[in-house]
Amino acid sequence: MSCYQTILDYGLRSIGYGERLLPKSDITLCEQLVLIGSGMIWNIYFAILALLFGFLFSTILALGKNSNFLLFNKPSRVFIFIFRGSPLFIQFFFAYELFVILPKLGFDMDWGFITVTVETRWLTKAWLGALIVLFFNTSAYTAEIFYGALRAVPSKDIEAADSFGFNDRKKFRRIIWPTMLRLAWPAYTNEAIFLFHATTLVFFTGFPAWQQKGDAIYYASYFADKTYNPFVPYPIVGLYFILFTLLIIGLFSLVNKRLNKHLLPSERSTLKIRLNLIR
Amino acid sequence: MFEYCANPDSLEGFFWLSCYVTTPKHMSFYVSFLVVMFLLALAAPLAMAFGFLGAIASRSSKSFIKIIGKGYLAMIRGIPDIVFFLFIPIALDQAFEFLRHKILCPEVTEAIRQGNDFVVCKAAKLPLSTASEWVHDVYGFSLALLAFGFVFGAFTGNVLSGAMAAVPKSQLETGAAFGFSSKQIFKRILVPQMWIYALPGLSNLWMILIKATPLLFLLGIEDIVYWAKELGGMKTGVYEYSHPDWRAWYFGILMIFYLLLTYVSQLFLDRLSSKLSMGQDTMAGKAL
Repeated sequence: MSCYQTILDYGLRSIGYGERLLPKSDITLCEQLVLIGSGMIWNIYFAILALLFGFLFSTILALGKNSNFLLFNKPSRVFIFIFRGSPLFIQFFFAYELFVILPKLGFDMDWGFITVTVETRWLTKAWLGALIVLFFNTSAYTAEIFYGALRAVPSKDIEAADSFGFNDRKKFRRIIWPTMLRLAWPAYTNEAIFLFHATTLVFFTGFPAWQQKGDAIYYASYFADKTYNPFVPYPIVGLYFILFTLLIIGLFSLVNKRLNKHLLPSERSTLKIRLNLIR
Repeated sequence: MFEYCANPDSLEGFFWLSCYVTTPKHMSFYVSFLVVMFLLALAAPLAMAFGFLGAIASRSSKSFIKIIGKGYLAMIRGIPDIVFFLFIPIALDQAFEFLRHKILCPEVTEAIRQGNDFVVCKAAKLPLSTASEWVHDVYGFSLALLAFGFVFGAFTGNVLSGAMAAVPKSQLETGAAFGFSSKQIFKRILVPQMWIYALPGLSNLWMILIKATPLLFLLGIEDIVYWAKELGGMKTGVYEYSHPDWRAWYFGILMIFYLLLTYVSQLFLDRLSSKLSMGQDTMAGKAL
């Protein structure tokens, strides 16, 4: 079987297209490369959506932690503490078991032009359940970063906005928020890489890989089990992750350039790739 | 445990619960919390040792050692650590068995890798197939511990090499001016001074190490995650203590355990940091 045929068969296997059965014997390097690459689709899916939603929610949380209004401040603090203080691994398990015991309900959502049935059993599937956990988790970590940056916004900048007669809304949108983002961006880049790597935990927790549709590391451990040779599949996963990590760094440094555009070259902050650690 | 527990079916309410939480399996569950603490207690110094070696190697003047050291510190940055946790125990296991095979049974000439199999002679198996249960447990735990030490050693190495670079150059030059050898400078000036710079990074790592301990489950150790799954699962009438699916509650308990652990650690580390800042010419030191 040629490698081209393997790509046709297994290129989209992780989302359910192509060959149904995974390779069992005489596993070739090409099969490992293609199937593990196919699994990366899930890692990318989780990372992009969790980061996107998490970005918005964490801004709210950071504002909450910085707020003097107790009803806004306390819940934000508790949320951040819970998700930063416990292992993501346990969060996945806990959330999954919670979702399992939820009553199985279906809601009809009528959006005028289309009616969608939302079912609670979707929560036990990785595509939604695990996404929610990752979303909450990255929101908490990012909120802590944004909170730190929010506290570091120079008071002179805010005074300048006041003297120009900006109202609160405009002050936040034009001055505080962009400065906060600029200060937080290097740390946020790390967080994005970190979250991307954390997506590998999904299929090792309660969430089942339905019909063997799993992520990169799910297939890698499948191959390691089948061939009893860890020296091929795990380096392949490593390679894929290094490639996508470089891509993330590239994208984020573009944004970083834009955020620092107005500053003198000596004042600009550069992205420094720091440690990536388990959460 | 208690005498009235002899007949679980007749128990109600509090008495049922008191008997339920003292079954032998629950005792194993409680012991597994100690296993987590034990792992933390052993993995932290091991990671320190690995990290210290890595940091020294990455500053070595011999380019060969330098490359190894730098490679060790750098590899952890781009690759998810879980890959290492899955990879290292199997790789180490195979490396040990390979070596023992070569030494213990030199007469066997067949290849070790036969297609999809990894075949070593009986005497080279680790642990020996005749070994008792606890040897298997200890061996599995040691492999896991080594994996933790290796991965967190790389993290620690990054922190320590950063801290070594942060020690003011003039301090080291003063040592040289007094005629210290480079060994003496390292031992008397660099190492004692780097800790204050390393502390924030190290305390961060400690929190992360705590949160990495449930990964023991992935390595096949009967840890708290294993027991929470095992005990929480639905128990039908066949069991002495039947109950519906309680896994969510068991994992809730684990969540609380970890939150407490990180909370207490944070309090302790904050105190330590303010203690070490005392008398330092830094903002934190002046604020005291």
